[in-house]
Amino acid sequence: MSEPVSASGTVIRRQIKLPFTKAVEISLKSIRIRFWRSMITAAGILLGIAFFASVRMSAVFSHAQQTRVDEKRATLARGGKLSAEDVILINSAAANAKEEAAAGTRLQWLSIMALLVCTVGITNSMLMSVTERFKEIGTMKCLGALDSFIVKLFFIESCFLGFIASVLGFVVGWLVISLIRLAMDGVEVFGPYFWMQSLRLCGQSAAIGTVLTFLATIFPAYRAAKMPPVAALRAEV
Amino acid sequence: MANEYVVRTKDLVKEYTMGDQTLKALNGVSLDIYRGEYISIMGPSGSGKSTLFNAVGGLDKPSSGSVFINDVDMAQLDAQELAYLRCHTIGYIFQTFNLIPVMTALENVTLPTVFAGMSTDEGVERGIELLELVGLGGRLHHKPSELSGGQQQRVAIARSLANNPSIILADEPTGNLDLNTGKEIIDLLKSLNKDQGVTIISATHDLKMLDVSDRIVWIRDGQIAKVEERKDLDIRIGEMEGQEALH
Ligand SMILES: Nc1ncnc2c1ncn2[C@@H]1O[C@H](COP(=O)(O)OP(=O)(O)OP(=O)(O)O)[C@@H](O)[C@H]1O
Ligand SMILES: [Mg+2]
Repeated sequence: MSEPVSASGTVIRRQIKLPFTKAVEISLKSIRIRFWRSMITAAGILLGIAFFASVRMSAVFSHAQQTRVDEKRATLARGGKLSAEDVILINSAAANAKEEAAAGTRLQWLSIMALLVCTVGITNSMLMSVTERFKEIGTMKCLGALDSFIVKLFFIESCFLGFIASVLGFVVGWLVISLIRLAMDGVEVFGPYFWMQSLRLCGQSAAIGTVLTFLATIFPAYRAAKMPPVAALRAEV
Repeated sequence: MANEYVVRTKDLVKEYTMGDQTLKALNGVSLDIYRGEYISIMGPSGSGKSTLFNAVGGLDKPSSGSVFINDVDMAQLDAQELAYLRCHTIGYIFQTFNLIPVMTALENVTLPTVFAGMSTDEGVERGIELLELVGLGGRLHHKPSELSGGQQQRVAIARSLANNPSIILADEPTGNLDLNTGKEIIDLLKSLNKDQGVTIISATHDLKMLDVSDRIVWIRDGQIAKVEERKDLDIRIGEMEGQEALH
């Protein structure tokens, strides 16, 4: 291997790129140590995703309920007998259907807005975290950290938080809506369709939450990495 | 290691522009520093010591002029080469210690070895060895907030040595310490200089530094006012300390 050599013969070496695991180790430590600040960042994502999940779950339930009503109607059309409860179900479903559909669409929009707001919140929170750590980042650069390493630190930290918070957010939203529906409609709607949709939505929530946190961190991480070490050293605590 | 100079600066100029005024924090500084030397940069506040420190340490780019570290022009280095230099060749000590507050003493000292790609075990071993060297073998797992100023600066010194640098740059290492603690830190730096042959470049107002320095560079308004050998200075130290008392 030939290395670049200065005019006088000194070998010029390049800093190695650290393995990913090192960055993971340091970011996880950083989350643990700044636990409460991390929790606040996470809470923003959690609430956004909880709202999103609850709206989507409501839609799942409405669909399940509709299927159930349709089945009863079919039974009726075939001349089958319905219990008194089923009759009430069919009647109330007919009355609610339109309203529910309209409210559903409105909520879908709201949940998307909520996610956008929560993305802005994460950006803000990560920017503050960068400002808080100006000196620390500058010091790390003096000790030989590459820009790419600083970027990795912030991305790993936020994506990890984003992922965990999204899953928890899903669980919260899912649980709230499921309990409400359980009280309203009974156990019959909790069929295979419900479980399949729950699983799908869990994956979806985690993915959306993580991607949004990732997007929200691009600017703060870039700012942290590009900061010249002197600026960081001058910064008062 | 044939080359005689570790650091050479040539016509260093650093300008700061504020509005329509430009201020020359450094105004043509040319300085050659020998390998293994203990050199103090003295001068009043605002004379440009920190600016010189930042330029020599590759923390800030000069407006013109060049810095050579081991005969390599710093301006020709890319980011990755500069990072290598900061990691392996130069150790930094700051007036404000700049330890990572969320890490223990040992983790702070080990951090540069992580950046150097050393294995964890090796790094920890090195960290313990260095903390023992600076007399903090019993404080490995303390956070900076649980250490006194002098102890924090010792940790910082241990950290600066982590990757066996050939140069230690210290910007007012005793600036935030009381008289006795400052003296201890100076003695520690001097012993490192003597025993390990590390070149020490220290910016300071601290006249206690004069005693241990091989050369003293006096800076005024961004220019070198004079360079003195220590042997020419002995007679005058009493007089200087008299002056310090006036401040
Ligand atoms: N970022 C900056 N922007 C504008 N002017 C600056 C900046 N940094 C330093 N200066 C100016 O450059 C001059 C030299 O500053 P420097 O920090 O090098 O002084 P110093 O000798 O280290 O002083 P002290 O002993 O107080 O630390 C000062 O006049 C200062 O105001
Ligand atoms: Mg200064």
